[in-house]
Amino acid sequence: MSTPSPRTPDSSGTDARVPLLQITNLQVGFQTQSGVIPAVRGANITLHAGETLAIVGESGSGKSTTAHAIINLLPGSGKIMGGQILFDGQDLTKLSQKQMQEVRGKLIGFVPQDPMSNLNPVWSVGFQVQEAIRANGIAQGRADVKKHAIQVLKEAGLGDAEKRLKQFPHQFSGGMRQRVLIGIGLSSRPKLLIADEPTSALDVTVQRTILDNLEKLTRDTGTALLFITHDLGLAAERAEHLVVMYKGQVVESGPSKEILANPLHPYTQRLVAAAPSLASRRIQSSAHKLTELDYSATGVTEGLDLIETAEARAGQLAAAPKREDAIVVEHLTKVYKIRGNKEAFTAVDDVSFSIQRGTTTALVGESGSGKSTVAKMLLRLEDATHGEIRIDGTNTAPLKGKALLDLRRKMQPVFQDPYGSLDPLRNIGNTIGEPLNTHKVGDKKSRRDRVFELLEQVSLPRALASRYPNELSGGQRQRVAIARALALKPDIVILDEAVSALDVLVQAQILQLLSDLQTELDLTYLFITHDLAVVRVIADNVCVMQRGKIVETATTDEVFDNPRMEYTKELLNAIPGAGIALGV
Amino acid sequence: MAGYILRRLLQAIPVFFGTTFLIYFMVFAMPGDPILALFGDKTPSPALVAQLRAQYHLDQPFIVQYLIYIGGIFQGNFGISYSGQPVGDILLRTFPVTLRLAVIALFFETVFGIVVGLISGLRKGKLFDASSLVVSLILISLPIFVIAFVGQYVFGVQLGWARTTVGTGAPVQDLILPALVLASISFAQIVRLTRSSVIETSGLDFVRTAYSKGLSRNRIVPVHILRNSLIPVVTYLATDFGVLLVGATVTEGIFNVPGVGNTLYQAIIRSEGPTVVSFVTVMVLLYLIVNLIVDLLYGLLDPRIRYVK
Repeated sequence: MSTPSPRTPDSSGTDARVPLLQITNLQVGFQTQSGVIPAVRGANITLHAGETLAIVGESGSGKSTTAHAIINLLPGSGKIMGGQILFDGQDLTKLSQKQMQEVRGKLIGFVPQDPMSNLNPVWSVGFQVQEAIRANGIAQGRADVKKHAIQVLKEAGLGDAEKRLKQFPHQFSGGMRQRVLIGIGLSSRPKLLIADEPTSALDVTVQRTILDNLEKLTRDTGTALLFITHDLGLAAERAEHLVVMYKGQVVESGPSKEILANPLHPYTQRLVAAAPSLASRRIQSSAHKLTELDYSATGVTEGLDLIETAEARAGQLAAAPKREDAIVVEHLTKVYKIRGNKEAFTAVDDVSFSIQRGTTTALVGESGSGKSTVAKMLLRLEDATHGEIRIDGTNTAPLKGKALLDLRRKMQPVFQDPYGSLDPLRNIGNTIGEPLNTHKVGDKKSRRDRVFELLEQVSLPRALASRYPNELSGGQRQRVAIARALALKPDIVILDEAVSALDVLVQAQILQLLSDLQTELDLTYLFITHDLAVVRVIADNVCVMQRGKIVETATTDEVFDNPRMEYTKELLNAIPGAGIALGV
Repeated sequence: MAGYILRRLLQAIPVFFGTTFLIYFMVFAMPGDPILALFGDKTPSPALVAQLRAQYHLDQPFIVQYLIYIGGIFQGNFGISYSGQPVGDILLRTFPVTLRLAVIALFFETVFGIVVGLISGLRKGKLFDASSLVVSLILISLPIFVIAFVGQYVFGVQLGWARTTVGTGAPVQDLILPALVLASISFAQIVRLTRSSVIETSGLDFVRTAYSKGLSRNRIVPVHILRNSLIPVVTYLATDFGVLLVGATVTEGIFNVPGVGNTLYQAIIRSEGPTVVSFVTVMVLLYLIVNLIVDLLYGLLDPRIRYVK
């Protein structure tokens, strides 16, 4: 990957202006016991005043490290090993911590990734905003600082800021916290705002309003925006310029539309092909037949396969005869009693749907819409308040003992977080084999063979059986979780946000794997997600949930081509990249 | 808030009856006759024994003994010890001394523990951190009576900075050395707890965000690191108060402090029901109150668990 990309920033037109931020040959390394591990290797990035630039790449590509290097807040043992970061004429790498303190907040604002962990839980929101305003000398005196804080929060979209100053972060939703953080970042009208995946932890619909607001604020104040994301669609939609990073290097940079239309570097090409947001978009614009697209120059595989498979399935399914329902849910309701509150909370409200054997139904909705509660009730991890669940015609509610064990054998879950769902103290072989032991399937040797067979099924090498979860990447872990789910040869797999935590390329691979396994093993999937873009490539039918109710049920094509409900349209519009015209 | 405190105090009522009953029963069930033991090798006359038994209600069934005792408490009468003194008087004489000792110890361990722990945590891996870890490890691994004797010998005998035994009335200056000894183990625990808590907090996202806001380190350390790090330390202090009271028994013995420890120890040896139960009950109630204070303090530090009005 050391060959420089033919499209350098200079080739995109000569620019006489002095850039606001110019990173030249930046080298960042992490000191470990076995020497220095490079994280950023010679990155060059140029950003002009008032412009928006997005850095795109998968996790571990060095995009966040680059951002942290700019404000000299590298985590732990991270160190700038070389290169220059020219900001407004001064080299930030040469500043002392004391001088850097003057730059941070005042000249360069920062909006962090996870709104849940970036506000101090023990101080009120108002305190944390006022503290920033005071530190940067924006206002003096109690009343003045408070007035300023209210103004900053109002700009960031908190209409009732006066009332909420005294509240604590845990009384705010994720979206509101991110507004607070954006308010803090912009409070001193910095020349540059660095936003590190500012919306990755948020629901798609919230994501959209937050980003709209961020765009408007930076435009109004003339602040340049350095935007970091793993979602190419999002980047292309929000930024004029793109920088694609891969393994610590900038592999491609230039105007967004140009890169999207004509990606030169193989990695960028794969990213463009794999991004579900773009893939689903591409299926929608059916003016072009997918297979006619020009991918000739490259080794594009994953993304294209995925789209092809999805299209082929849609065709097959329409032609196939109707089969019996594997899952039937009728009038399912779950009511939680809240302590100290007389009103009960209805998490799931009269939900009914059915899933045909061998098909995939996606349950879509924002967080809090009750979709995971449905999954828990299906798996009998929670009991329903009302309603009935029938698996293969059997009502599951009265099952006990052996019958319940048999039900569990037929139905297996895969959860969202591949880091949290594997026991770090058990090796992979034991993890996959555990259900076999629990259900006393076969003898020791046959279980071992089954584990190897499963590893092969999910395209993992046999050698992995003796390794531990911490030695595996996120994608590999999720494959292990899938292998474990398949161990008992279930008919039904419940996938609760199973690909949401993964990078786009890995996401594409896992989706492909799921789709292959479905064909091979005749599996029925209930696919729970907040991301409609993923639904497009995996699901046959879609149920859209809002506040505990199913508001729309239809085939995937119907939902995408002709959404009936306002809420569904909102979700569709929120898919990043939906607004950009693709050059392909 | 007031409702919460009231509810917590009401919870103390069943605890009071439960502990008194259990402890009374355990003393009752101890083998040996406490009256005969009073006479040592001599054989007392049966009439005298019967009289003493009647005086201490030992001739009644267990449940009656217990009810008489509880009834007495509600009239401010804690019973009579075998040495003939009212238990209430002994309580009043000894508890203030032990409390004074415990509070001084609590003060030392909290202040020094948090300061040393904070510096260690901020200077992780440096010389200060390494030496404080070694010192705290030594303190944790030594039994308290070893620390007490060493402290007594070094500071009392060799250096002459403190008196080796505590005088009548237990003045505060005499209590400093015993309090330091008593605090030593908990001090080491607090150092380690604060240190690891500070290290953990320093790596959290909101600390980085605080830096990115342009705040100085001098502000971030107390405001964003220390306060958050204190939450586990405060929780520890609650349970530690009990440890202090237990540790006080040994320390008081060595420094001859006229506190609860000695008296309670003697009473247990002699199976003095009313004395043991009264002492332990007061300790339990103290423990409950300290826990309530700590819980309130906890809510003050962490708004997420502030109590619903």
